[in-house]
Amino acid sequence: MSDAVTLISPTSEARPVLRERGQREVFCGLTGIVWLHRKIQDAFFLVVGSRTCAHLIQSAAGVMVFAEPRFATAIMEERDLAGLVDANEELDRVVDRLLSRRPDIKLLFLVGSCPSEVIKLDLSRAAERLTKKHSPSVRVLNYSGSGIETTFTQGEDACLVAMIPEAPVASEEAPASLLVVGTLPDIVEDQFARLFNQLGIGPVAFFPPRNSQSMPAIGPNTKFLLAQPFLGETARALIERGAQHLPALFPFGAEGTTHWLKAAADAFGIPELHFLAVVAPGRERAKRALEAQKVHLAGKSIFFFPDSQMEPSLARFLSRELDMKLIEVGTPYLNRQLLSAEMDYLPETVTLSEGQDVDRQLDRCRAAKPDLVVCGMGLANPLEMEGISTKWSIELVFSPVHGFDCAGDLAGLFARPLYRRSVLKV
Amino acid sequence: MQLTVWTYEGPPHVGAMRIATAMKGVHFVLHAPQGDTYADLLFTMIERRGARPPVTYTTFQARDLGTDTAEIFKTAARDAFERFDPDLMLVGASCTAELIQDDPGGLARALNLPVPTITLELPSYQKKENWGAAETFYQIVRGLATEAPAPKPEGAKPSCNILGATALGFRHRDDVIEITRLLNQLGIDVNVAAPMGATADDIRRLPQADFNVVLYPEIADTAARWLERQYGQKAVRTIPMGFQATCEFVREAAALAGVDPEPVLSQHGSHMPWWARSVDSNYLTGKRVFVFGDATHAMAAARVAKEELGFEVVGLGCYNREFARDVRACAAELGVEALITDDYLLVEETIAALQPELVLGTQMERHIAKRLGVPCAVISAPVHVQDFPARYAPVMGFEGANVLFDTWVHPLVMGLEEHLLTMFREDFEFNDAAGPSHLGGHAKLEAAAKPLPEPESAPVAAQVASQDTIMVLNWSPEATKELAKIPFFVRGKAKRNTERYAAEQGLETISIEALYDAKSHFAR
Repeated sequence: MSDAVTLISPTSEARPVLRERGQREVFCGLTGIVWLHRKIQDAFFLVVGSRTCAHLIQSAAGVMVFAEPRFATAIMEERDLAGLVDANEELDRVVDRLLSRRPDIKLLFLVGSCPSEVIKLDLSRAAERLTKKHSPSVRVLNYSGSGIETTFTQGEDACLVAMIPEAPVASEEAPASLLVVGTLPDIVEDQFARLFNQLGIGPVAFFPPRNSQSMPAIGPNTKFLLAQPFLGETARALIERGAQHLPALFPFGAEGTTHWLKAAADAFGIPELHFLAVVAPGRERAKRALEAQKVHLAGKSIFFFPDSQMEPSLARFLSRELDMKLIEVGTPYLNRQLLSAEMDYLPETVTLSEGQDVDRQLDRCRAAKPDLVVCGMGLANPLEMEGISTKWSIELVFSPVHGFDCAGDLAGLFARPLYRRSVLKV
Repeated sequence: MQLTVWTYEGPPHVGAMRIATAMKGVHFVLHAPQGDTYADLLFTMIERRGARPPVTYTTFQARDLGTDTAEIFKTAARDAFERFDPDLMLVGASCTAELIQDDPGGLARALNLPVPTITLELPSYQKKENWGAAETFYQIVRGLATEAPAPKPEGAKPSCNILGATALGFRHRDDVIEITRLLNQLGIDVNVAAPMGATADDIRRLPQADFNVVLYPEIADTAARWLERQYGQKAVRTIPMGFQATCEFVREAAALAGVDPEPVLSQHGSHMPWWARSVDSNYLTGKRVFVFGDATHAMAAARVAKEELGFEVVGLGCYNREFARDVRACAAELGVEALITDDYLLVEETIAALQPELVLGTQMERHIAKRLGVPCAVISAPVHVQDFPARYAPVMGFEGANVLFDTWVHPLVMGLEEHLLTMFREDFEFNDAAGPSHLGGHAKLEAAAKPLPEPESAPVAAQVASQDTIMVLNWSPEATKELAKIPFFVRGKAKRNTERYAAEQGLETISIEALYDAKSHFAR
C-alpha cells in the first residue's frame, strides 16, 4: 500500500546498503515523549511499562524538566504480572489518580512499552474504555513506543499515527490546504508559516498541533509536506485518509528548504517568478550563514552512527552545501521511498548502512579516522577519549535546525566540536 | 501499578552495571530489548567516563521474539567474550528479557567459557537499583572469594578492605581516596578496595584482610555479612561522614586493627570544628533543615546538621526501604517522623508543608527546592553531572567534613546580610526578592515560588491540618502585608507557625495581633 507514496526520481533502488544486525546503541521510541509532551500542551503521556522505562525517559530528558512534566510511568509490579490484580483495573486506578491531579489534560496517551507488549496488555481496548469513562473532558489514545518495535524517532511516528483518526474529515469540496507534518520548534513553525503566507499558500496547518483541541481537518484536498524523514507510517495513514503527499528533499540547508518549499509551491500553482522572489532573501541569508561555518567544515570527513533516521538528509546537506566528506551514513531504518531523492543527492562513494552492530561499526569508524563522528551520548565521550571529535546526535532532534534561518545554526552544531578542539590547549 | 513521575532508583540491572563498570576486567552480557542501551549514557555523560561501560546488550526486537532470542543471547555472549577477553563474565536479564524466560545463566554455562561466569537473578518487578548493585557485588564475592586466607606472616601490618564504592556513586571516587589515606595514617594497609577499581583477582584476595570497612552499606552490606560469616572478618560500620563520625570511625578501625588512634585524632587537621564554633557561624543556629537521600547519607547528614552546624532537623527520610528501620530510629532520636518513600510527589508535599530554610537532598530535592525557592545542597545519589566535580571533594573523612561545611553553608544568605534584609525591607536594590547577594539568578525563582499573594489582594485562605480536622483560616489583608515584611528565609516558618497557632486557638481570621502572638508563643 505504501506504493502510493510516489517520489521524484526513484533511481536509487540499486544503491548498495550495508545491513547489520547486532547490538544496537539506540534509544527506543519512548524517548520521543521528551519533545512531544512539550509540543502538545494539553496532552499527557502515560507510559505503561517498567521501572526501566521510567528511568530511560528521565535519563534521556537529563532530569532537566523543572516544571512537573506532562509524562509519567505506570510502573508494572510483580502483582500485575502474577495476575494477583487485574492489570486493567490497576491502569484505570492510575489514570483516575493522574487525571484528578491534572484536570487541565485533554488528551491522554497510553504509551505501550516492551513489557506491556510482551505480556500483550491491550492498550487500545484500555484507551477505548477510558475514553468512555472520562468523556467528554479527556480523550484517551494509545500507541507503542516499545524498543522491540520502535527506534527513537519512530515513537513520534507512532504517536502521530494514533492522532490522525482524531482529525476532523475535510470534505471533497473543501479548498486545498497544506499540512506540515512532524514536530517542529515553535519558532520554526512561525518562520515557515510566514513563508507560506508570502508565497500565497494557505490555509496551512501544522501537525501535531500545539493544542489537541485544534486538530487540522484532513481530506482529499489536503496536501502534506513531511518536515521529518522518520514519519513513514504517518505519511501512509494520511494517504489512506485521502491526503496527498508532496515528495521533496527535507528542509535542511538552503537547498533542501528551497526544494521542500518548491514542492508545495508547485502543488498550489504558485508562479515560478513569485516563488523565486519570495525564497530569495531567506536562501541568501542561509547561504551567507553557511559560508561562515564552511571555514570549519569544508574538506572534513564525517561518520554517522544510526540514531534518528535524519542521517541521510543531514549528510546530503553537509556534503552538498558544506563540502564535507561522507565516510559512512548509518541510519536505524532506511525508508527508501521517502528518502529516494535524498539518496540520489548523496555521493557514490559513501557507505550507507542500516541497522547496527555497534562494535563492528566502531571498528570501521576507528579505521576510517573521521574528523567528526555523529553518535549517541553513550558513545560520544568514549570516542572523544580516543581523540575523535563527536557531535551528539540527540541535539539534532532537540534544536531548531529546519529552514533557511536555522541553516547556519544547523551547520554550527557540526562546526562547534571541531572549532572547540582547535581552541583548547589542554 | 505505581504512578511515577521521577524515580530515585533505576531497575536492578542498572545496579549490576554500576558494579561491572566500577570493576576492571569484567564484562556483563545483558539480555535486553533495543533501547535499554540508554543506560550507557548514565556512565559516559553523568560520570564523564571515557570508556563505554563493559556491557553487551542483546538488543532483541519484536521480529526476534518469534524466532530464537536464546540464540541471539548465545551469539552476543560468545562475541563479547572474544572481543573483550574478560577475566569474569556476568550474565543477566533486564525487565523485558525476564518475561521471555530465556535463562541466560543456563545458556552461558552451555558456552563453556574458560572464565568464571556469574549468573545474576535480577527481579525487575520487585527490586531496584541499589538492591541490584548489592546482589551483584555479593554474588561476585561469593563466587570468587572462595579460598580461606593464608596464615599471616609475623609482624605484618594490619589490613582491611574498603567495600561499597561503585560507578555513579555520590562522591565515591574521592571518599575512597580520603578513607584510604586515613587508614594508612593509622598504620593500616588497604588490602583491596572494591568494587571500584577491583579485578577478579582482587576479589579473590578479600579474605586476606583482617577486617572490612563498609563505606556504603546500600552496596556492600550483604557481601560484608557473608565475609564475616565465612571468614570471621569483622566490619567497621560507622560511616565517617562529619567530624565526630570520622573520629568514631578512626577509633573503631584502630580497635579492630590493634593500633593507637590518638596520633591521628590529635592531628586531624580539619577546619570544620573551628569554622562551626567561630562567631561568624552564629547565624546558622536553629536553621530549619529537611534531609532526604539514601539512608546512609541521610542519617549521617542529619547528625552533622544538628550536632556540627547547629541546625534544627525538621524532617528526615530516605527512598530505599531496605534501611527504613535505621532511618526511623534516627528520626525518632531527632524527634521527627521519618519519611520512607520513593514517591517524589510525596517528598515535594512534605517539603512544601514543612517550609524548611535549607534542603539537604538528592538532585530530585534540588528541583523541588528550586521550585519552592528554598536553598539546597546535594548529599546523596541519584546523581547528576554536577555531582562529579573536577576538584577533589570527598564527603567522608576529615576533609569531607570541611567539604560538608562549605557546600551546606554556601547556599544560605550570609549572617550580616540577613540582618540588613530584615531591617530595610524596601530597599529597591537589596531586598529579599534578589536572593543571596553572593549567588546569582535567584530573583526569578523567588518570584516563581510565590510564597504569598500580593498584600492588597483579598484575605487569603489557608488550610491547616490540626489533629484530625482541617480548618480553613483567613489572613486579614493587614496581616498578609505584615507577613510580607518578614524576610523570605524565615517567612515560611512564620506563616506556618502563625497558622498552627491560629488553628490551635480556634481563630477564624489571622490578624496582625495573632501574627505577633504566634511569634511570642513559638519564641525560642
